Amino acid sequence: MGLMQLFKFKGGVKPATNKAQSVTLPIAKAPLPSVVAVPLHQSIGGTPRPLVQVGDKVLKGQMIGEADGWISAAVHAPTSGTVREVGMYAAAHPSGLLTDCVVIEPDGEDRWIERQSVDYKTLTPEQVRELLRDMGVVGLGGAVFPSHAKTQASRSVPMEELVINGAECEPYITCDDLLMRERAAEVVKGIAIFRDLLQPKKVLIGIEDNKPEAAAAMAQAVQAAGEDFQVVSVPTLYPAGGAKQLIRVLTGKEVPANKRSTDMGVQCFNVATAYTAWRALGHGEPVISRLVTLTGNVAEPRNYEVLIGTPMDELLAIAGPKADTDGIIMGGPMMGFLVPEAKAPVVKATNCLIAHSPALFPPKAPEMPCIRCGSCAQVCPHELQPFEMYWFARAKNFGKTQEYNIFDCIECGCCSFVCPSRIPLVQYFRFAKSEIWARERDKKAADGAKTRFEFKQLRDEREKQEKAEKLAKAAAAQAAKKAAEAAAAAAAEGGAPAEAAAAPAAQSPEEAAAAAKKAAIAAAMERAKAQRAQAQPQNTDDLAPAQQQEVADIEARRARLRDIAKTELAHPEAHPAEAAPAAPADDGQTPKN
Amino acid sequence: MLIAIAIMALGAVVLGAALGFASVKFKVDGDPLVDKIEAILPQTQCGQCGYPGCKPYAEAIAKGEADINLCPPGGAEGVGKLADLLGREAKPLDGVEKPPQVALIDENTCIGCTLCIQACPVDAIVGAAKQMHTIVESLCTGCELCLPPCPVECITMEPIQETVDTWKWKYPVVELKRVA
Ligand code: SF4
Ligand code: SF4
Ligand code: SF4
Ligand code: SF4
Ligand code: SF4
Repeated sequence: MGLMQLFKFKGGVKPATNKAQSVTLPIAKAPLPSVVAVPLHQSIGGTPRPLVQVGDKVLKGQMIGEADGWISAAVHAPTSGTVREVGMYAAAHPSGLLTDCVVIEPDGEDRWIERQSVDYKTLTPEQVRELLRDMGVVGLGGAVFPSHAKTQASRSVPMEELVINGAECEPYITCDDLLMRERAAEVVKGIAIFRDLLQPKKVLIGIEDNKPEAAAAMAQAVQAAGEDFQVVSVPTLYPAGGAKQLIRVLTGKEVPANKRSTDMGVQCFNVATAYTAWRALGHGEPVISRLVTLTGNVAEPRNYEVLIGTPMDELLAIAGPKADTDGIIMGGPMMGFLVPEAKAPVVKATNCLIAHSPALFPPKAPEMPCIRCGSCAQVCPHELQPFEMYWFARAKNFGKTQEYNIFDCIECGCCSFVCPSRIPLVQYFRFAKSEIWARERDKKAADGAKTRFEFKQLRDEREKQEKAEKLAKAAAAQAAKKAAEAAAAAAAEGGAPAEAAAAPAAQSPEEAAAAAKKAAIAAAMERAKAQRAQAQPQNTDDLAPAQQQEVADIEARRARLRDIAKTELAHPEAHPAEAAPAAPADDGQTPKN
Repeated sequence: MLIAIAIMALGAVVLGAALGFASVKFKVDGDPLVDKIEAILPQTQCGQCGYPGCKPYAEAIAKGEADINLCPPGGAEGVGKLADLLGREAKPLDGVEKPPQVALIDENTCIGCTLCIQACPVDAIVGAAKQMHTIVESLCTGCELCLPPCPVECITMEPIQETVDTWKWKYPVVELKRVA
């Protein structure tokens, strides 16, 4: 412990930590809430499919939403009871919008499903990953990325370090601290699961040096378990708990924005995630609760083990919010947000609820113009230029914000924190990012619509052509039949319709279509000719002399007609569509594309 | 039903290949200005501009035959972008801008006549003859072209609701209640 060489990340700030308030009391279990509303979509990736219906009785730990893909994680009933609603319910989201939830009325018995612990070492890595997904194990540090999808090493780069994040750098939040103090042995067992899946050379547990009790507890647990994990104290500097920052501090590696950390031979998990992974495999308990710090403007700040789905207002009431509380912040003061709807449920990403009061968070004086002092750039842990991004975001010049790498911004709030002009920089960045995402969605939709539109036009065109060809064939066959059967009168009339039909066909504007048509016509004529040739001998068998005379007459007239046709073919301008019967009259308006 | 689906799928594959071929073939003689204009147009393919689709309108603009403010789905923002691209003055939209919408078929009333499928310019409707039809919401551009042909008037337009996934952070003009 401590002998390791540490690296530094750029920037960072030191806000008042405000952690002492909530660490004096041990973790307590929050009482069973009156209702639990479990959002189906609680992790990055897909939205789990609901498995229950209104009226169903569910048991604690029963899967109620099944992962709908690889990057997705199941959700479970946090307690036993009756499903009251499967539908829209307040979301733990800055928008205040609703989201798909399973709302359960607890029956008070808190009765578990049958829990089975598995010896994961007897399973294949694939099976372990599937199990983690079906147990709903996701990153509890705030990013809620499905953990199983992070447990595969890169094929080409050997895994060097597994970084375990116990830094907990955000002010006010102490749930990871208490978890490590009280449940270190199980955190270590969870880390071993990730270690076994990824097989790194080293395991480094990073804990900010303002949590010596947690670090000591972890070191002891590591030793007791006979593991070779290193517990490393890192300097307290916000945002040391950012995955990229902690990786940098512990390994010296910079993970570029466009790369996965496994491509650099390193991976990072939060301590609470490791804990839930162990509870899932070792105890058969899916992720149905988590530790939440209740703090801020409350009588008794403390950490609670809270069922997912517990209404936030009901939960905060346990800690005794003071009279002037006027809101709830989910997360910390740097990266959290004011919850628009107090009954919104605790989700897997909820690590802390802070009772907000004007005294605790005095409203800032109005924003002043940027004086280009550069303080924001100095503290930015991602070496961005916040004032430039701000300038362009403010002017809604989103292309430029992207040139300044706005998507590398982790919204840590360091820049806003130091800005002497009190500019809400992060708000401008969030605004710009969501506008860019919306534009990208629109663009994708428009491109898809364009492709399908062109496809449909092409198809319509083809169908029209096929129809034309069919009509041409039918007409040619008809004409051939007529010619074969007809007697003298037929011969006289035969030329007329051909010429009459010739005119409309001349209007076709499309060269390609015309060429295709010509080919079709030629083919049709060939076939008609062949048919005629075949038909003739049959017709002339066993004929009476009078009939033979008739046939001879017809042949003679035909020869004359053929001569006329030949002369006309030599002057196509005069009769542009020699193949009249093949050109359907309704084909004049082929759409020009 | 299964056979119908299989036939449709096969058709899609075959015609998709044809489309791929065609798109390669047509790309060659594309006018770069038309392409740039078309990239700004929203591809709703509704014909409200008076042209049978976004591309014909783009061609007309490129030739100087059409004004730049005729596309209601593109809205004022679209007019502004066209003005920027073409170095012209932006002008007010000739038409009414509507909030984004999608078509919805009342599946109990639908008689499966397939007329709406034929009308939909972007293949957003699925269904076979004499079977209930459904609009694939994510593909529908809200062009309203399927409304008039429906003999039982069972298609309605619904505004697209904002969801947690499509919600956007607002421009911080007025200081909202701040956290930090
Ligand atoms: S800290 Fe504030 S005033 Fe200074 S450069 Fe950055 S945005 Fe401008
Ligand atoms: S919020 Fe973004 S721009 Fe500001 S300091 Fe953090 S990473 Fe840098
Ligand atoms: S009005 Fe706009 S969206 Fe509709 S077809 Fe014309 S260009 Fe396309
Ligand atoms: S479903 Fe109707 S409104 Fe939607 S794109 Fe097709 S025709 Fe237009
Ligand atoms: S046009 Fe109307 S009735 Fe006919 S298939 Fe479409 S929705 Fe059904």
